[in-house]
Amino acid sequence: MSEKPVVKRNERKEDAQALLPRVDVRENKDGILLIADMPGVPKDKLELHIDNDTLTIEGEITPDTPENMEAVYAEVRLSRYRRAFSLSAELDTARIDAQLSNGVLKLRIPKHAYAQPRKIEVKVA
Amino acid sequence: MYESLVNFPGGLLAEFERLQQELQQEFANVGRPGSIRALASGAFPAINVASTPTSIEVYAFAPGVDPAKLDLQIEQGLLSISGEREADAPEDNGTLSTYANERFSGRFKRTISLSKDADPDKVEARYRDGVLHITVARQAAAQPKRITIQ
Repeated sequence: MSEKPVVKRNERKEDAQALLPRVDVRENKDGILLIADMPGVPKDKLELHIDNDTLTIEGEITPDTPENMEAVYAEVRLSRYRRAFSLSAELDTARIDAQLSNGVLKLRIPKHAYAQPRKIEVKVA
Repeated sequence: MYESLVNFPGGLLAEFERLQQELQQEFANVGRPGSIRALASGAFPAINVASTPTSIEVYAFAPGVDPAKLDLQIEQGLLSISGEREADAPEDNGTLSTYANERFSGRFKRTISLSKDADPDKVEARYRDGVLHITVARQAAAQPKRITIQ
């Protein structure tokens, strides 16, 4: 393996390896709905950051582990999820609504009112 | 290894990043024998198995599944987990654009083999934060015992 310098996007704990959570991203006229699978992440270990126009979702997997446990077989080999998205200007980051239930994160990112479609009335003079 | 600077949701680069990550994670394991029932990464649900002196702990990463729709069975030393995950898609009446559709939906079933000393009568299962945690006790005879010297 060649040692390439890691590009740091910003000064947070980005160096730890993380899993990319699987996501669905859909848009309608009101905004964007982002659904991410983050099984094993409790509410207090979920972090959402907005830095300029970058949205980062991050969470730590905290399973209940009994004492003297030894791993036998593992498909989930990291204990952290992280994924970043760049947002465009018409999205209103101040009004993001986030819900986490059963390991599924649902983020609703509304559009600014000015960006919502509207009909333009034609006045007859 | 280096990361891409741009991270489009569901875009080609995100897919490459995922591929690279999966390769890295796969190669970390070269040389170790895998289970015959192991699936390519990305299978749903992902499963981790651990063992303690008194039990076998199985973790199935199945987020967003109704626990009532999960079915667990143990037969001849095989534990199978099946169920269904419904798609979260809101009604699509032509106003919806989809950019990423990576999450699994539909029926699933996974089977893993338990070690011989597993006791099929002592099984506990809990579902929390999208993880199904199954504890199968080991038979008492198989548990380590301290022998006192007289």
